[in-house]
Amino acid sequence: MAEALLATESLVKQFGGLCATDRVSLEVARGEVHALIGPNGAGKTTLVGQVTGAIRPDSGRMFFQGRDITALPAHRRAHLGLARSFQISSIFLDMTALDNVALAVQIHQGHSFRLWRNARADQSLRAPARATLDQVGLAARADVMAAELSHGEQRQLEIAMALASAPKLLLLDEPMAGMGPNESQRMIELLRSLKGKVTILLVEHDMDAVFALADRITVMVQGRIVASGQPSEIRANEEVRRAYLGDAGSPR
Amino acid sequence: MNSWTLVLVQALNGLQFGMMLFLFAAGLTLVLGIMNLVNLAHGSLYMLGAFFAATLQHWTGSFLIALALALPATFIAGAVIEALVLRTLYVRDHLDQVLATFGLILFLNELVRIVWGATPLYMSIPPALRGAVALLPGVEYPIYRLALIALGLAVALFLYVLVGKTRLGMLIRAGASNREMVEALGVDIRLLFTAVFGIGAVLAALAGILVGPILSVESGMGDGILILALVVIVIGGIGSIRGSFVAAIVVGLVDTMGRAFLPSLLAAVMPAVIAGAVGPALASMLIYVVMAIVLFVRPQGLFPVRSR
Amino acid sequence: MLTRREGAICTVSMAALALVPLLAAAAGEPFYIGFVARIMIFGIAAVGLNFILGFGGMVSFGHAAFVGLGVYAVGLAVHHGVSDGFVHLGLVVALSAFAAFVIGAVCVRTSGLYFIMITLAFAQFLYFVGVGLKQYGGDDGLTFRGRSDFAAWLDLADAVTFYYFVWAILAAVLFVVYRFVQSRFGMALRGIRSNEQRIQGLGLPVFRYRLAAFVISGVICGIAGALLANLTQFVSPAYLHWTRSGDLLVMVIMGGFASVFGPVLGAALLLVLEELLSSYTEHWQLLLGPILILVVLFAKQGLMSALPPAGLQFKIRGHG
Repeated sequence: MAEALLATESLVKQFGGLCATDRVSLEVARGEVHALIGPNGAGKTTLVGQVTGAIRPDSGRMFFQGRDITALPAHRRAHLGLARSFQISSIFLDMTALDNVALAVQIHQGHSFRLWRNARADQSLRAPARATLDQVGLAARADVMAAELSHGEQRQLEIAMALASAPKLLLLDEPMAGMGPNESQRMIELLRSLKGKVTILLVEHDMDAVFALADRITVMVQGRIVASGQPSEIRANEEVRRAYLGDAGSPR
Repeated sequence: MNSWTLVLVQALNGLQFGMMLFLFAAGLTLVLGIMNLVNLAHGSLYMLGAFFAATLQHWTGSFLIALALALPATFIAGAVIEALVLRTLYVRDHLDQVLATFGLILFLNELVRIVWGATPLYMSIPPALRGAVALLPGVEYPIYRLALIALGLAVALFLYVLVGKTRLGMLIRAGASNREMVEALGVDIRLLFTAVFGIGAVLAALAGILVGPILSVESGMGDGILILALVVIVIGGIGSIRGSFVAAIVVGLVDTMGRAFLPSLLAAVMPAVIAGAVGPALASMLIYVVMAIVLFVRPQGLFPVRSR
Repeated sequence: MLTRREGAICTVSMAALALVPLLAAAAGEPFYIGFVARIMIFGIAAVGLNFILGFGGMVSFGHAAFVGLGVYAVGLAVHHGVSDGFVHLGLVVALSAFAAFVIGAVCVRTSGLYFIMITLAFAQFLYFVGVGLKQYGGDDGLTFRGRSDFAAWLDLADAVTFYYFVWAILAAVLFVVYRFVQSRFGMALRGIRSNEQRIQGLGLPVFRYRLAAFVISGVICGIAGALLANLTQFVSPAYLHWTRSGDLLVMVIMGGFASVFGPVLGAALLLVLEELLSSYTEHWQLLLGPILILVVLFAKQGLMSALPPAGLQFKIRGHG
């Protein structure tokens, strides 16, 4: 069996009396779309935070491409190929969409101690940035200020910035959040186009998206994994249906 | 006096200085922690308190009357400043607050110069507290300074009871760590702000009045202590009264004893000429070194309150 | 930000500045040559501060310390008989870079309010060091005779020559800062100001970029200080007093912190205002205080946005 791209081993994270991550051992295989679902407060975002390095786990280990990344700082993990989008759009509001993505490309390319050449005229930044914007469907909005983009477009920009670093693993935290039906459909198409090209760990509440995209699904409740497997298995799992899928489709 | 008595005297001086710093810093850290307001003009309230008291003592001859009247007078002045200027700053970012209160300092320093003139005023120690008392055989220490230490401890105790045991105090503690939550609970936040600001203003004025007989009362006297108080708050943790108490004593002791002993300590290990030049400069550096070390180890200060 | 409009204003202003000595001579008012030179010097310092403030989001309340270091570097060198301009330049750059590096290494790890207070504290500490230097006049300061000698033909003692020398340095600083701001480094810096958490997540080690920007900014202020020493022939700890740092902040805000050239306008505005007000009354600070408060409350975007045609109304996310 192919080595997992990402593997966590008994991760634990406590906030005061609350156990947000309770001995979570998860594996994401190379090339798959792995969905992480569960009710609010299940600890999904906390888990993503630990994987990207924003949060330090209390115990347990993490491996990326076989390498122990548990103690590695966030910015180093980004350079290893771990990219993340945020649940609440976290973009550079006072820059254009193109500038946003170009900045992500720039950071991926190495250090930014270049103080003379005009970054906006640098084709080695602008060209890949435009290509990525095109990939997510924002090509026409390249020169619009990020603050002026619609909510759905901002989510697309989120993904573009994560893609800009040509990541090996894409961690998407509720990319559908706050989207209407049309925008959701566009987002599902976008993610579908990425399948196979990049490994995706998808945290989502939108069950349509999850079942349309996922190769495997893991269900978390109150910090623990209660089920993990093929979508058909999860759909059929009694416990999961009771705990979570009964609420499927209800708006967040 | 042998060297140990010298150490004792300087330690007491440091403690006294620390107490006054605490009075001043407590108000500043409360306002900052609860109202999220950087009020550089806090030093101006200290100055106004001293000026009111100096004038009142000159008119009435009584320190006590001066103290009793200067405190409410400064409170009123503070209320006016709050209503006219500070109120508009609560929603602004810290840079705006810094600049606007900086403008207030310029204005108030100049106003004081116009009203009272540029020459410093002097206050006299109340007769009951004059003179010195023998702490140990042969070691005399000014009664007034001892009184200041005692008063500082009393205020610390008062604040401890107020913040720890009363309803107002509970609101203050809640507000310091989560202002939005307190508002959501239905508390009239404006009243809380007024109470907090008032406490701060009175404490600052008290510090200014008490210090009046020891230092001279002049325009700009609030600026120096303001910066020291900022160091205290940074070390102690924004919003924490306990933190500013500990930090104020630390800063008071380090600064006073550093200035007193560092030059001679240096002179023991290097030529007197160099020690004489470098000593005082290094002594004034000490508290900033302490601040830098504390920040390195605990960037949020010793007793951080906010979960930022 | 770096719009054509700003470029136009900058060009027109610099051209106007170039004409000042000629106009002053024609009008028989040589005072203005020295006065406007002073404006340009503070303009350089304000541009330096704005590099980290407007573009980096770091509000320093201690940048007068670097100006003061520049003043002392030149003043003390001349006092001790060293008047070679290149030696002065080396001293100034080395001293301000070193100080900015050390102070920055401690301060830059913090942000927001802590950063404001700590930079203030460090600057005040340097002020007290200056006061403690009794052999150089301490509190009273020290006058010295002599300028920076760069070349035989460049006599900085001549008011007009000095003026154009400052003008040239201002132009050079503006050009260099402009290049820095629109370079990759500048974009990274702006990203840090805009959304520090995100840019860290993208893989940027924020600390070293902040520190580098802080050092660059400190050196620019140091250079301004060196020019100031040549102008006033006087060293004093007063140059490092925290109210001078406040002045720099005021210049940056009044001029417009979203632009490279704005701070120069701010310096002009503040110094002209001081000059005007002090001719009316010796209590001019009584007026300056409220004016500053009003500017902060109502004209936060600064002069740059107010000049015609109406510029980008640009919400920079607040600090703190």
